[in-house]
Amino acid sequence: MSAMAFTIKVNGVSHSVDVDSDTPLLWVLRDVLGMTGTKFGCGRALCGACTVHLDGNPVRSCVMPIESVGEAPITTIEAIGESPVGRSVQSAWLDLEVVQCGYCQPGQIMSATALLSANANPNDEDINNAMSGNICRCGTYLRIREAIKVAAKSLSSDIEKG
Amino acid sequence: MPRVPANRFKAESDGVSRRTFLAASLAAGGGLLLSMKLSLPARGAAPAISREVIGAFIRIDRDGRVHLTMPYIEMGQGTYTSISMLIAEELEVDLDQVQYEHAPPNDKFYANPLLGFQATGGSTAVRASWEPLRKAGAAARMMLVAAAAEEWKVDPRSCRAEKGEVIHGESGRRLSYGALAEKAAALPVPSEIPLKERKNFRLIGKPVKRLDTPAKVDGTALFGIDAKVPGMKIATVAACPVFGGKLKSVDDGRAMAVNGVSQVVHLEDAVAVVAQHMGAAKKGLAALDIQWDEGSHATLTTADIVGQLEAASQKRGAVARNTGNVEEALADAKTKLEAIYQLPFLAHTTMEPMNCTVHVRKDGCEIWVGTQVMTRAQSTAASITGLPPERVTVHNHLLGGGFGRRLEVDFIAQAVKIAKQVEGPVKVIWTREEDIQHDMYRPYFFDRLTAGLDAQGLPVAWHHRICGSSVIARWAPPAFKDDLDFDTIEGAVEPPYAFPNMRLEYVRHEPPGIPTAFWRSVGPSHNIFVVESFIDELAAAAKKDPVEYRLALLDKAPRAKAVLQLAAEKAGWGQSLPNASGRGVSVQNVFGTFMAQVAEVNVSKQGEVHVERVVCAVDCGITVNPDTIQAQIQSAIIYGLSAALHGEITVKNGRVEQSNFDNYRALHINEVPAIDVHIVDSDEAPGGIGEPGTSALFPAVTNAIFAATGVRLRKLPVNQALLKAE
Repeated sequence: MSAMAFTIKVNGVSHSVDVDSDTPLLWVLRDVLGMTGTKFGCGRALCGACTVHLDGNPVRSCVMPIESVGEAPITTIEAIGESPVGRSVQSAWLDLEVVQCGYCQPGQIMSATALLSANANPNDEDINNAMSGNICRCGTYLRIREAIKVAAKSLSSDIEKG
Repeated sequence: MPRVPANRFKAESDGVSRRTFLAASLAAGGGLLLSMKLSLPARGAAPAISREVIGAFIRIDRDGRVHLTMPYIEMGQGTYTSISMLIAEELEVDLDQVQYEHAPPNDKFYANPLLGFQATGGSTAVRASWEPLRKAGAAARMMLVAAAAEEWKVDPRSCRAEKGEVIHGESGRRLSYGALAEKAAALPVPSEIPLKERKNFRLIGKPVKRLDTPAKVDGTALFGIDAKVPGMKIATVAACPVFGGKLKSVDDGRAMAVNGVSQVVHLEDAVAVVAQHMGAAKKGLAALDIQWDEGSHATLTTADIVGQLEAASQKRGAVARNTGNVEEALADAKTKLEAIYQLPFLAHTTMEPMNCTVHVRKDGCEIWVGTQVMTRAQSTAASITGLPPERVTVHNHLLGGGFGRRLEVDFIAQAVKIAKQVEGPVKVIWTREEDIQHDMYRPYFFDRLTAGLDAQGLPVAWHHRICGSSVIARWAPPAFKDDLDFDTIEGAVEPPYAFPNMRLEYVRHEPPGIPTAFWRSVGPSHNIFVVESFIDELAAAAKKDPVEYRLALLDKAPRAKAVLQLAAEKAGWGQSLPNASGRGVSVQNVFGTFMAQVAEVNVSKQGEVHVERVVCAVDCGITVNPDTIQAQIQSAIIYGLSAALHGEITVKNGRVEQSNFDNYRALHINEVPAIDVHIVDSDEAPGGIGEPGTSALFPAVTNAIFAATGVRLRKLPVNQALLKAE
């Protein structure tokens, strides 16, 4: 597990970092690249606060070694608003006043965006499956569920409008 | 009404009322007004509010920008918005015209009038600020109006303030606050500051969008853990796994060989690894070979602590309340009931683990942290570094959850000790394991109750003896008096019910080897479970409906009665439910707020408890931001339900056994009940709202389990094994 340079692509920008190959992506993002939007909560993929997208799929960056990232593009909370789905999730979050302390919300928003990108019209069960790995100690869950539905609705009306 | 002592954490002898708090600030003289004038002595007779008090909260620039300083910290409870609303309402500005900033540490300006120093906790922010901050806003507005009137040479009464401008009614002339600020600063502070009537509120009572949320959905919000200081290193730490133990020796050879690790710091009771990033620091920590001197608690178990509490609870305690004659009433009672109730140690598990960034220099110390106690953070660092407090700068941040955990400064003290040995700034981050195993815990309580019923089944005697740790005795020693403190007994000392004979005792017993602290809903987190469970037992013994039984005892508590009736009605109390389902109720008056909850549960054959729905009725007086009230009650209920179903910290070999979210569980989205919150319209002064939802939840759930199964749970968390169908 020697130190070597890895090149990763985060939010469309390539970065070269010199860390051990087993270094979790979370700490590369936060401490090496200074992108602190992605949060540390448990270090064991138990809470979802560190969720980012790898090639569009939600992953827990706290347990993802840098060496396994490869060339897959990474998207973090800092850039999720650049996609129509991410933007509509953020906007639903604000419209419904989902947020309390806000610490887990980057992870929640990343998971919700991944869900809506794969499933434009999720039911409660779909939401449970996609979101049950994201803990919120403020208990914003009821509004998270509503906000996902609101975002789905606004996305589908955007599509209808063409 | 609950007797919330003004300045409750000080002994009565040096207690200060809200009014004298303001006057005391004036007596100190000088102050800042509207950003323009520093150290102006106030003119004329002592007004109810001083320049420096206004200036501490409101600053208006010449360009008209209004800056509000937030004396309370934001941990998700919406306080930045509520506090801004109080000032903006009277200042006559809209929320989109104001900018807010964290207050610096300063007990003189930013003391919480209910707590006596600069702290955010106990659901006090709106209660404490309701009058003084509206007055600050009103006084500033009156001075701006007076400045405009002087400018126009008109009667101030012919002018009005609106959206950051003063308008002359007859001529329609306008001047912005910015244009008036300098002139206003030279005017005297009004001695009479009338406040708006409720019917004239523009902001208060309306669901307002929170000010702190936009940054929290795009990753730009900065929590303590996000602090970025040039040259900063990252450290993580292992404290002795047994509380009170010491570091014996450590072999750091392998840790120092880890790429990115720069230093291993030895403290008396902990080791920290300093590195370029947390990945390297954690890897370095795992590579350490540490020998601990585990000290006197090395074999401690939970059973030892409970055994001590059980023995201590046999003794008579300090008497917190004695009404009538309990012994005689019990002797004459038709029926006598006795019960023991137990509540576990609980961790807080804020989503943001404990962390603190510190830069210690020869001539000063800087701290970047999220804390509920700014001035304690400052004085802690001062005493460890030997610097005067004014040389310690504290940069406060958003808190990724507080729940009482960040009322403590243990992690700040530790980070300062580490930073003293590190060149340049260092951010100390606890792993989740460290956060759970070195939390300071909601105390374990072991309570004994006895009640006597008359021939009609009504209570004639109520005897409650609390046994457990006093957090106040450590945290605010002057407030622990005559072996009692107000927090440990809140929710038990003044139950809403009419008990003709009642005694409440408290036996203080501090558990060895496990530190205790405030936990969301503090004293009531334990008392409401005990009182509302036992009253349910009384109802069952009297063969009465739990709601009817309570209502009969609430004639002298109309607000409690009203919330109970409302919750029961909205929950469909009395309507039939499927098999193995039940409804349970609780009612309480704590934090200045009346609340009732009805929980609806289903218990499976395996004893699994599913809480389907919680209906809550709340009378918290005048509402400031009703949307925040809804959110806080949902939050408090879910926080309580996580603990009711799963929360338990246990000790073995002196070590906390739980370590992460897999064995110290929090509710997930698929486990949350429907929650209906009904707010009672009220003209009473505002009550606290961040915490009451948690304390009311516990007994509502266990009473519902009793209704569903006939099993009375007298111990939390819910023990599934006791609920399995025969």
